[in-house]
Amino acid sequence: MTLDIADRAFFTLLGPSGCGKTTLLRLIAGFEDLTAGEIALFGQPIAGLPPDRRPVNTVFQNYALFPHMTVAQNVEFGLRMKGVPEPQRRARAVRMLEMVHLADLAGRLPAELSGGQQQRVALARALAPGPRVLLLDEPLSALDLKLRQAMRVELKAIQEETGITFVFVTHDQEEALSMSDSIAVMSAGRIQQVGTPREIYEAPVNRFVADFIGETNLVPAEVERVECGTARVVLPGGTALACPAAPGVGPGAHHVSIRPERVTLSPAGELAATVERVVYLGSDLQLMTRLADGAPFAVRLQNAARVAVPAPGAAVRLHLEEGAVRLLAD
Amino acid sequence: MRGVRHYPGFGAAAAACLVLLYAPLIVVTAYSFNASTSITAWGGFSWRWYVDVFTGPEAGRFGLAARNSLIIASVAATLATLIATAAAVAMIRGGAFRGRTVTYALINLPLLVPEMVIAVASLIFFTLIGLPPGLLTILIAHVTFCIPFAYLPIAARLSGIEPGFEAAARDLYASRWQAFRLVLLPLLGPGIVSGFLLAFIISLDDFIITNFVKGAGMETLPTAIYGSVKQGIKPNIMAISTLMLLTSIAFVTLSYAVNRIGQKTR
Repeated sequence: MTLDIADRAFFTLLGPSGCGKTTLLRLIAGFEDLTAGEIALFGQPIAGLPPDRRPVNTVFQNYALFPHMTVAQNVEFGLRMKGVPEPQRRARAVRMLEMVHLADLAGRLPAELSGGQQQRVALARALAPGPRVLLLDEPLSALDLKLRQAMRVELKAIQEETGITFVFVTHDQEEALSMSDSIAVMSAGRIQQVGTPREIYEAPVNRFVADFIGETNLVPAEVERVECGTARVVLPGGTALACPAAPGVGPGAHHVSIRPERVTLSPAGELAATVERVVYLGSDLQLMTRLADGAPFAVRLQNAARVAVPAPGAAVRLHLEEGAVRLLAD
Repeated sequence: MRGVRHYPGFGAAAAACLVLLYAPLIVVTAYSFNASTSITAWGGFSWRWYVDVFTGPEAGRFGLAARNSLIIASVAATLATLIATAAAVAMIRGGAFRGRTVTYALINLPLLVPEMVIAVASLIFFTLIGLPPGLLTILIAHVTFCIPFAYLPIAARLSGIEPGFEAAARDLYASRWQAFRLVLLPLLGPGIVSGFLLAFIISLDDFIITNFVKGAGMETLPTAIYGSVKQGIKPNIMAISTLMLLTSIAFVTLSYAVNRIGQKTR
């Protein structure tokens, strides 16, 4: 695989567990040896360097805070190893702890902190030596939902404030979409797509990306022709329409992705469906429907006052909004 | 599940075991305070045998033997602990290497091989290579059989320490040695102390191997006691035994306590 990570960016490696994203991170950090290929940091090859000679620091999934050192000693550790004199590294540790709002806990041992606090200490410790790149290995996965959401905002703010390149590994697509400047979607050791969160979500290149990011309906489609990125496709039931196509897809049997929230109920809709079940989700309503050929198809409606909710068993017509349909590579 | 004490005969069996194990120790300890010279008849409480140990006719012999024992135990336990620490790091942090299982068996071999076999083998070995029996031969033999005792608590402690700590240290610009000295060693500390104390006590009371490789004129406390007992048991032997028992209890308790304290910083 080839992957370019822009300087000063919040870059996310997103994929299911076992897809190789943590291995990639460990290769960058220097914990795994490359068997082939090259890793360069700002143009300098680093593949042969041990971890202590790479200007890269890591926030580990389980934090790995040194249990016998205080919070301040943990944060100072990297600077101490770099030979920074004590007064300077102490001042820097205080600044880092202020940044993560833990200045008053500097004298505590890690075991005396909550999970969220430990996570902040790990972040401060990794940032203190001023790395060129910060690697984050699923750092939020051990936190509860509320804390996780708060930390997303904070992590992004710290990244912007410090201007350090963040390489963030996660399997949580919501995390990836909400924080990243750029996302690489990985599967089975390969990069499927690299792009901004909007590109990844709205213009997925293949079935894996469309299915992994968010919720979607994958509908078989017969492609008649593709011209200038626009495909002429026939959906089951005979509906023919034009839609944007992922690069490299030619005529033949393929799939289109139809996002459930880009579908509305309308008497003039392109697709005929039967409602099976209505699931109430608070802000949204999820309609579980079946198309004419019996394939399941999900529709997500905003729970607005004007929405007329069809009863189970009702025959409806579905209108596919502009940009709802996208032809995918397999 | 029913508690173990509900099994018929459990109480009686436990009591029998306790009596068999501890009655001799209690008798020896009690009779070390016997005022009489008899080892069977109670003649009232007295410290006289303890005074005898330090000032009596055999005080010089026992003093020298105790000094030898302490020197041997200190040096042997130190060396065994160093070797055991290196072995534990290699075995637990070294990843898979050829001969790992064999190495593990070798480290623990002295626990499995009958002591008499080690004693005879050591004697033959030292004779073969022409090493005269004395302090050095005792030391070499003691280091050998102390290694597994030092290894066990160190290895147990090390397997409880996540490898992530060393990786984190390396990530924060620590060299391999700094990661070991500043992160792994302090975390391993309680295991090392515990291993040292265990090795020390094992060395201190070894008799069989020492007796084979010590040579003439060289005595440790256990061989000196044995030599003295051969001429008939006097109550001063009970006093020495009681002192050794107390030392053992103190060391084992200390070893246990150090490990307990260590649990908290894990």
